[in-house]
Amino acid sequence: MLIASLGSAIAAALAVPAGIYLLWNGVSKNRGTFVEVADLTQLNVGKPQEVTFERTRVDGWRVLKEKVIAWVVRTDDKNVVAYSPQCTHLGCAYHWEEDRNHFVCPCHESLFTIDGKVVGGPASRPLDRYAVRVENSKLLIGSKILKA
Amino acid sequence: MFRSVLDWLEERTGVESAIKHFLYEDIPESSGWHQVFGSVALFAFLVQVFTGVLLSLNYAPTPGEAYDSLRYIMTQVTAGPLIRGMHHWGASLMIIVVMLHLVQVFLWGAYKKPREATWMSGVVLLLLTLAYGLSGYLLPWDNRAYWGTVVTTQIAELAPGLGPYMLRLLGSDGTAIGVVTFTRFYAAHVLLLPPLTMLLIGLHVYLVRRHGVAPTPADEGRPKKKFYPRQVAIDTVAVFVWFAVLMGMAILARVPLGHVADPTDLSFIPRPEWYFLFLFQFLRWFEGPLEVVGAVILPTLAMVALLLVPFVDRGKMAFVRQRTGAIAAVILGAIFWGGLTAKAVIGTPETHEMDMSLVQSWQEVSAGNLASIGYFRQAQCGSCHEFGKPGVGPDLSAAPSKRPAEWLREHVKSNPKAPGVLKDAQVDMLVTFVTKRSEKAVDAWENAPRSAVEGALVYQANDCASCHKLNGIGDDLGPPINGVGERRDRAWIEQHFADPAKFSPESMMPPTKFKPEELKRITDYITAIPK
Repeated sequence: MLIASLGSAIAAALAVPAGIYLLWNGVSKNRGTFVEVADLTQLNVGKPQEVTFERTRVDGWRVLKEKVIAWVVRTDDKNVVAYSPQCTHLGCAYHWEEDRNHFVCPCHESLFTIDGKVVGGPASRPLDRYAVRVENSKLLIGSKILKA
Repeated sequence: MFRSVLDWLEERTGVESAIKHFLYEDIPESSGWHQVFGSVALFAFLVQVFTGVLLSLNYAPTPGEAYDSLRYIMTQVTAGPLIRGMHHWGASLMIIVVMLHLVQVFLWGAYKKPREATWMSGVVLLLLTLAYGLSGYLLPWDNRAYWGTVVTTQIAELAPGLGPYMLRLLGSDGTAIGVVTFTRFYAAHVLLLPPLTMLLIGLHVYLVRRHGVAPTPADEGRPKKKFYPRQVAIDTVAVFVWFAVLMGMAILARVPLGHVADPTDLSFIPRPEWYFLFLFQFLRWFEGPLEVVGAVILPTLAMVALLLVPFVDRGKMAFVRQRTGAIAAVILGAIFWGGLTAKAVIGTPETHEMDMSLVQSWQEVSAGNLASIGYFRQAQCGSCHEFGKPGVGPDLSAAPSKRPAEWLREHVKSNPKAPGVLKDAQVDMLVTFVTKRSEKAVDAWENAPRSAVEGALVYQANDCASCHKLNGIGDDLGPPINGVGERRDRAWIEQHFADPAKFSPESMMPPTKFKPEELKRITDYITAIPK
């Protein structure tokens, strides 16, 4: 009885901190920082455009300056959506095909409409979006990804 | 149901009878509390393996990254300081329990025939334990680690005939140490030593079982007893007490992290871990050509003597109280060790080195940035520009302002909440801050204590940056502010403000009379800026 109770106390005192140490923390603690990406006047309504921008990201003990890509669609005068460039099926990079008027993923032929909805292929959810903000007719893209 | 699963397992693997065989070992009637140390040492080793594996999951074993990742463990990872504390203090407590084990076996004379090999494998295990301490010391890659290991490699170089080879083995050229030494120490610590230790522990325990626990003369003619349950319970209580002490230390005593290893920092005075301090002090008795005697020859002879103990003392088993020679040897050893250690501790100069794992963003940004946070608050900008969420005005923490500086200047000066509270220079500084601030400055904005911001305000108001550099900003006419708290004590700094020439006759610094409140703020602030 004594052996079992002291033994379990020790085991718990080792397991609980270990669990917290491994599972509690996200790998990165990024605040939802916004980066100015484009002038609204550069974007045509209804025409997806691939934009590349630079932002800093905290990755564990490193702070990285890295290039990020977004597919940006200006929907009207004041509104813009920015899609994360990875297919929601298995993460391949998709692209906009002008002729087919769809986003097409080369891996398994997932098809998305201009507003991100799935219309073909194995993808099960619409394209992921970045948080966006428009200020003084500039487009700002945030680091948070919003899943549909 | 449970029974039938056990029976199935037993029939296929024999696990139940193996455990029974292990638990129902015969041990002498005299066994008891004095024999717990072996079990505790084994448990200590397992705790080191467990916490070591956990640390390795967040640790990047290359110089530079090693330091950053350890700082990450200490500042970002929940329970990170606790796990590192357990590994750090666990090492010290393991040395203690291993030494207690050795002393107990020595006092009881339990190494006598036929147990000589058990003793010798134990001595090798002691050496392995010390090797962990030596190799693990470098892994944080802070100044302490770096300079301590420089000394270690230089001592290895003294080995007669073997010096150059030892150096090459340790990946050093005899002056600096770098990536190769670091990688070898790491590999030794996590790849080489653990399997060796496990092998030797296996051999050591096998030999203990083969010869049985050493009896005393009192056991003659008395029936044996079983290991389980009484001795197992005693061992478990001892393990529990050891573990409770470890947890207490890991929770209460934070293990500091110094400045990143800096081969040009000649002001650093290295000190080894406490259990090597006696050797450090011992070395001071030997000068010039004799140094090799103290550093290599005598320690090696001592280890050989320890190995040969069972071949020197070959008498019959005796009661502890009759073993006066052994008792005297232990007392003399304790006095020798304790005296040297105490002398080394007393002789250790007091240092003010900062614990870099406690340094926060506000200690690393410029005074102008930090003061700007104060200007932002003084001008009540926050009532429209809220931190972290869009308010009446844009959230300036999420993205720097893209407005032209001229526009912003006017905006600040004419803002309706508090027009004209800031002077032109302060407005300029605030404008630079909101247009060019770094992520670190935003973190400081969110987390800097009010007193730190006020300290920076005093710093700016007195234009200290026109002569002093702080975190890279300012002029070089006076000494840098960074590390002043580590170079000078508080009283010196406070008195120095009033009359700089009294302390350094050539100083051009104008005497400054602060209000007591201001003096406290500015001293708090500048002494918190790390080297």
